[in-house]
Amino acid sequence: MAGHFEPLPGGGAAVALDEVEISILRSLAVQLLELIGPGEAQGADAADPLARLFAEGPSEPPADPALARLFPDAYGTPGAEQDRQERAHAAEFRRYTENDLRERKREDALGMVRSLDALSAGDSGAAGGDAVLRLAPDGCRQWLGALNDLRLTIGARLEITDEDDGETLFRLPDEDPRKPMVMAYLWLGGLQETLVEALMA
Amino acid sequence: MGSVSVAPVEIERPETGESPFAVAEPDVPWVTLVHNDPVNLMSYVTYVFQAYFGYPKDKAHRLMLDVHHKGRATVSSGSREEMERDVQAMHGYGLWATLSQDR
Repeated sequence: MAGHFEPLPGGGAAVALDEVEISILRSLAVQLLELIGPGEAQGADAADPLARLFAEGPSEPPADPALARLFPDAYGTPGAEQDRQERAHAAEFRRYTENDLRERKREDALGMVRSLDALSAGDSGAAGGDAVLRLAPDGCRQWLGALNDLRLTIGARLEITDEDDGETLFRLPDEDPRKPMVMAYLWLGGLQETLVEALMA
Repeated sequence: MGSVSVAPVEIERPETGESPFAVAEPDVPWVTLVHNDPVNLMSYVTYVFQAYFGYPKDKAHRLMLDVHHKGRATVSSGSREEMERDVQAMHGYGLWATLSQDR
């Protein structure tokens, strides 16, 4: 079952991961956490939960293309210029929702890091062999979210904008500097695909 | 300590000069649109439509195919508040969604 999830009896899913895979996944999840960042709400008032509750998020879309994909505008037609009203509505929506959305995505990525850490800590005896990661249904949902956010982020970095870009990237020569990122993208896709299948089984 | 009054304190009510109601919007429903993107897996999009909206598998699958082939699909309709909730949820799942008035 290396490289793909399988359903567990009674819900949840399991996947076998070797040391290298665990460390790559952990590193990607940590990079995702760094990219998402603490968000606007956790500046000076980070210690005050009440202030955090009422803090407004940003009204402008993120400049970084990957973040802009993770936190898209809620009003307007993709690819078309927004009119003034759409821009105003999108800004207002963003102010009230983006902090919560960042929080959710952070929680998903953190869930991934925590389960990987628990796996490395609990499995130190089995030297060299694969460790088996077992996820409860809640863990599966967090992993699905984090795997998807990772693929969206890498997709933005690789500038995948239509299906054909994918086709071209998958045939890159080995010496292309984008090759490792493409390999990671495909591998994450396989993990996500089999996790979806396991959940729908 | 002086006498303690049991009379109710006069509470100053703020003047509500402005109408409490915003400009009434025409009674046209809003819709949540999910847009195609080359990264999200077809199986994942179907899963999201089933998991979040509770749609049966064939309806979720059909909507996913609409997104994929037509570039977008209307996945829900209702009040603006409800559609904002759906769009926020779609963004949570990483799907590319917007809401608009169904004209």
